[in-house]
Amino acid sequence: MALPQVKQDATAARLDGITLPQGASWASHARKNALSRVNAMGLPHRRDEYWKFTDPVTLVQPDAPKAAVFQQDEAPLFEDVDRVKVVFVDGVFDAAQSSDLVAEGLEIERLADALATDIHWAKDLYGVLETRGQMPVARPLAALNTATATDGVVIRATGKAQKPVSLIYLHQNETSDAVIHNVIRVEAGAEVTLLETGPAAARFSKVLEVDVADGGKFHHVRAQGRDHERRAVTHCFARIDSGSLFKSFTLTVNGSLTRNECVIEIVGDEAIAHVAGACVGDGKDFHHDDTVFVTHDAVNCESRQVFKKVLRNGAVGVFQGKILVKEGAQKTDGYQISQSLLLDGDSQFLAKPELEIYADDVACSHGSTSGAIDETALFYLRSRGIDHTTATNLLTLAFLAEALEEIEDDVLAGALQDQLEGWLARRS
Amino acid sequence: MLEIKNLAVDLEEEDKSILKGVDLTIEPGKVHAIMGPNGSGKSTLSYVLSGKGGYEVTGGSATLDGADLLDMEPEERAAAGLFLAFQYPVEIPGVGNMTFLRTAMNAQRKARGEEELSAGDFLKLVREKAKTLKIDADMLKRPVNVGFSGGEKKRNEILQMAMLEPRMCVLDETDSGLDVDAMKLVAEGVNALRSEGRSFLVITHYQRLLDHIQPDVVHIMAEGRIVKSGGPELALEVENNGYADILAEVA
Repeated sequence: MALPQVKQDATAARLDGITLPQGASWASHARKNALSRVNAMGLPHRRDEYWKFTDPVTLVQPDAPKAAVFQQDEAPLFEDVDRVKVVFVDGVFDAAQSSDLVAEGLEIERLADALATDIHWAKDLYGVLETRGQMPVARPLAALNTATATDGVVIRATGKAQKPVSLIYLHQNETSDAVIHNVIRVEAGAEVTLLETGPAAARFSKVLEVDVADGGKFHHVRAQGRDHERRAVTHCFARIDSGSLFKSFTLTVNGSLTRNECVIEIVGDEAIAHVAGACVGDGKDFHHDDTVFVTHDAVNCESRQVFKKVLRNGAVGVFQGKILVKEGAQKTDGYQISQSLLLDGDSQFLAKPELEIYADDVACSHGSTSGAIDETALFYLRSRGIDHTTATNLLTLAFLAEALEEIEDDVLAGALQDQLEGWLARRS
Repeated sequence: MLEIKNLAVDLEEEDKSILKGVDLTIEPGKVHAIMGPNGSGKSTLSYVLSGKGGYEVTGGSATLDGADLLDMEPEERAAAGLFLAFQYPVEIPGVGNMTFLRTAMNAQRKARGEEELSAGDFLKLVREKAKTLKIDADMLKRPVNVGFSGGEKKRNEILQMAMLEPRMCVLDETDSGLDVDAMKLVAEGVNALRSEGRSFLVITHYQRLLDHIQPDVVHIMAEGRIVKSGGPELALEVENNGYADILAEVA
């Protein structure tokens, strides 16, 4: 089917003058392949089914819209956590600010180095999981990322990692347009925690490909910075095998446009996948979109999607979440909840929960709600002497709690809780 | 202590008159009970005193030690020493009972210009008070009232009262939904708080609570007014003959 002219034009404009980076022959092949897929799919347009609620025009246009650099007034997140720091400034690796890329149980490399190596395990994953995630829903911005990315990290967990890997995305230039691609392989029985913090750039495109082998465990905790004007489109493509665990949590405060896609394919029995997010947005220039697709293609697996959004002063939240249970994926336990707390009448929450089930012995549930602060609870708290603002903040944090509980590590959860409390306190 | 004069209140949304001139004076250290049939305005009185929205005061006044209650926010009333034990305590998922208690205590102390309680002192105090009300550590850790039985919710109300040490306690049908043992436990909790400087207003349908919490004065409320006041014997009269005789007598 021919692409509509408007998409052809937009795609051509974006790709105009792009030259694919140099690399090993397998890497060049992956990039060329990705580019041809971008051309075939066309870059997203508001008319596309999966972009109905979020206008992709600023993500597609050739140049990144300007975004002021936020003056940080809080201590950086996870400062007290012993971790391997990998720092990127406007999307470029900064060795001076990074730790030595070594830790027991881990092999960490720059993406550029891996893609220049003739024989490398990343060949089986780079652009491969992304390609798998293009069906049945096209994700052209992820393919564009695969085609053009030069920076990021490639991590192989061979045992229980001694400490988390912390990717720190600093934003310094107000017109920066960063592309980061990370590839992670968790070997059988291995375990690693990946932390991601910061806005990264004025416009940020990020792809994370994660392959978790039998019995492996992958924990992911992310906070997308406090910059108000930044834009981000991020994709996570995960494939998880028998008895493995995948857990991802994202905190988003501020940001003029965020599209976080998470595509999980459960291919082995008795695996568990949880993906969760909490976002708080204030004002008309806040638009946050979580788009999730979980495919069950194995027996006895569990998946959970827990997304909570606090919106005020005209902020917009979007949730598109799907659970696909393939034929034969019996005893699937799938759960999906998306909720918004609308602190005023101007804010909006747009939700599209979907279930598609081809097995007959499964338990899948989903729910989606929008609501205001519970007046009865508010009065109860106030009647005990708690002032209106403190009571409202207490109830707002309580609303987000179910999502934050998805973070297993109390120290990491506590750090994000502090950031949320700070955000609320500044607006009280 | 509490002085209510000719208090008249409408339901905001329905333009319906609920209280039609309530007069009530409670002296320090006294326990007053209000009894009355359904729909007589008993619970409305407790809500209006504590500042719940949805009601419009159309006349009269209510003061606590001379301070105008009706002019204060709910939290200011609490800091001034008013406490309402809810008929239906509210479940608040996501807010831990301990966090709630500590936030409330410190908010009131702050509003009164007192120093906040340290974490250690608070913990010691809450454990001690919880023990006498047979509230275990698990109940303290759980979210406020979530998954609590009817009896546990009411005990939790009394725990809050014991911690916050209000001077004027309003108990709105605290006996509803309780079995005899639970009612005794709650009554013991209330009796332990009785003191010279603290007054109670006990709202109930039934005499049986008043067997355990002995009132000094009993009022009968009907159609938005207090129609009769007397000693504890008035409650017995209601128990034996129902409200019909009393209402016929004052009509």
